[in-house]
Amino acid sequence: MLTRLGPLITILLLTGPIAFGLAGTVLPAFGFLPVLGGMELTLHHFRTLFSQPAILTSVAISLTAGLVTALFSLGVVVLFVAGWAGTRLFGRVQHLVSPLLSLPHAAAAFALAFLIAPSGMLVRLVSPELTGWERPPDLLVVHDPMGLFMMAGLIVKEIPFLLLVTLAALPQVRLKETRMLAASMGYGRVAGFLLGLWPAVYRQIRLPVFAVIAFATSVVDVALILGPMRPSPLAVRLVEWMNDPDLSMRYLASAGALLQLGVTAAALGLWMGLERVGRIMCIVGVEVGVRLRRDALLRGAALLAMGLAAGAVFAGLATLALWSFAGLWQFPDALPASFTLKSWMRALPRIAAPLYTTLLAGLLATLIAGLLAILCLMREEETGRRPRRALMLLYLPLLVPQVAFVFGLQLFLVYADLLATLPALVLAHLVFVMPYAYLALKDPWYAFDRRYNQVAAGFGKGRWRRFALVRLPMMTRAVFAMGAIGFAVSVGLYLPTVLVGAGRLTTITSEAVALASGGDRRIVGVYAFWQMLLPMLGFGVATLVPALIFRRFRGMQV
Amino acid sequence: MTKKGLFLEGVTIALEGRVLVSLTCRVAPGEVLTVMGPSGAGKSSLLAYLGGFLEPAFTARGRALVDGVEITALPAEERHVGILFQDPLLFPHMSVAGNLMFALPESVKGRAERLRHAETALAGVEMAGMGDRDPATLSGGQKARVALARVLVSEPRMLLLDEPFSKLDMELRQQMRMLVFSKARESGLPVLLVTHDEADAKAAGGEIVRIGE
Repeated sequence: MLTRLGPLITILLLTGPIAFGLAGTVLPAFGFLPVLGGMELTLHHFRTLFSQPAILTSVAISLTAGLVTALFSLGVVVLFVAGWAGTRLFGRVQHLVSPLLSLPHAAAAFALAFLIAPSGMLVRLVSPELTGWERPPDLLVVHDPMGLFMMAGLIVKEIPFLLLVTLAALPQVRLKETRMLAASMGYGRVAGFLLGLWPAVYRQIRLPVFAVIAFATSVVDVALILGPMRPSPLAVRLVEWMNDPDLSMRYLASAGALLQLGVTAAALGLWMGLERVGRIMCIVGVEVGVRLRRDALLRGAALLAMGLAAGAVFAGLATLALWSFAGLWQFPDALPASFTLKSWMRALPRIAAPLYTTLLAGLLATLIAGLLAILCLMREEETGRRPRRALMLLYLPLLVPQVAFVFGLQLFLVYADLLATLPALVLAHLVFVMPYAYLALKDPWYAFDRRYNQVAAGFGKGRWRRFALVRLPMMTRAVFAMGAIGFAVSVGLYLPTVLVGAGRLTTITSEAVALASGGDRRIVGVYAFWQMLLPMLGFGVATLVPALIFRRFRGMQV
Repeated sequence: MTKKGLFLEGVTIALEGRVLVSLTCRVAPGEVLTVMGPSGAGKSSLLAYLGGFLEPAFTARGRALVDGVEITALPAEERHVGILFQDPLLFPHMSVAGNLMFALPESVKGRAERLRHAETALAGVEMAGMGDRDPATLSGGQKARVALARVLVSEPRMLLLDEPFSKLDMELRQQMRMLVFSKARESGLPVLLVTHDEADAKAAGGEIVRIGE
């Protein structure tokens, strides 16, 4: 009975906020917003929208960001996997890169900013010896008008994500055999992989790639930290309008959100065109038999790109940690003159409340998502059906731009007088944690040997006791890992927190991004450090606790 | 005709309309019925049906009664059908004694009493004093014996054996066969064995049914 509710609640959870949210966005865009007296349908607000200065530039930046980010990060991942999968080095890089997955986007963006800004670490390292600069150069590297550094910030975060989903798809193909077969026919590693295996792998990671595009076309936090300012990408301008004290700006914001939806859809459409080009290239490659035997350069480039992306983030994180403990740190010194805890002490009183909200919202959303995911999996097992279409539904919150539906959702929350309450915040986070919770539990759930259930049933144990005493303990590690992932997702959420928390309920991430424009590097360093720390703590707990609980049992170790 | 033992009445299992198994037979307490057939013939589905775990893709009819109780009308956890698979499937998160105490019926009250029951059962398979061990540290033969002790201590109505000897090496296999069948006879349990090893069938000594041929 209870398990029947699992899929039902999950579907409602995934579709409800999106459907209501989109409705709350679309209707005001056409002038319908009874609260503000808007009762007639009009296209007036779209005219206002398109008369905004440089609006098309904003659109172009968003569109480009989506496509470039996806193309670059996927390209690096593909070439890296093609060139190196199965080697020892591959495993090492994989271990190096995977912690970055849990890092909030905003923290990665800060890391990059601290590294490459005119007064950032890189310039300091070579100044004044090589450059002669005694003061920070007047270069527009961060916030460059084309958004290149924003894209870089997105790329370094999406590479670990796409690498991980690719790795998850690899066991479904016969990597080793195909590789040997291709090599025996004289194909280089890269060509053998691309022509022989990539199409099958890509089919499985298509939705995550779409999610990357949807995210990059509508990103706000990374754009605020690294992105162009005049004009900003579309989503950033939307949020400005949404937060405008003049309520009539909501019409404009709604019209803009609809435009954002169109931009993301267009980016996805263009991507599908690129997919077709890729497919044709693959077919031609096969027919011509492109061997690409000397691919050492290509493999080297892929490795270099991978290393650079990860290295930049790590170096940036180190810089950011330095700043949080820095006393006097003048340009162009590579290290602070002194270290102090002053910034941490100064931030402490202000950070307590957002920290508490972050923990509470993250833990609650993860707990509920985990429970729902388990109920869904139980139900799937009961019915023996593994609905394929449900998977599409699961990706819905990751494919619809956040800004387009969370804004409308905000409207309903205002009606219900729930804006800036913890339940509303947890609900908003739950929408985004749910997909990851399910995906994280799905494989371990099905990997469980169900004969254990039969054995336990033979001993007179009913299904709930079988679950609580056999399956759950045996899946402890996976459940904790799911918890760590869900929590990390929640910690990293910026836009839903800002819109639903309405400035009254804040988290570490929303506070950190809010501080970005203030320019106090030490305080930003402290907040970004927390952003990095919280998900890491989550993964630490997920590794240690199961190992401690079952330290007596060797069969329960990794 | 006594009601003692296992009675399969027109048990028929089909997959997508194709009948895999159709069986009517009687197994007396302590006796073994051996079902033989190539893999994919539906042997495991037969056991799954009796245990209450048939995949929803299969359809099944017919009744199974043990000592007059229609087990196929009961939920899996009330059937008290003991199963041994080819893997011992000891719960990795419990000690050896913990595994046995988990299987022990609730009617045995008190931790000390339950532990005593477990120790006695372990001694019965020459595993005395091994209760504290982590199952992962046992040898293959030891695991198999613990699994046997565990299923016996749960006081099942009958035993289902799903090729339980196939993963043991030659010498152990013969020992385990003797042990399992003698224990089943001792406890007066009807046994249904599925296998594709002729030697298993010979050692079981009972009636042999061939399916899927």
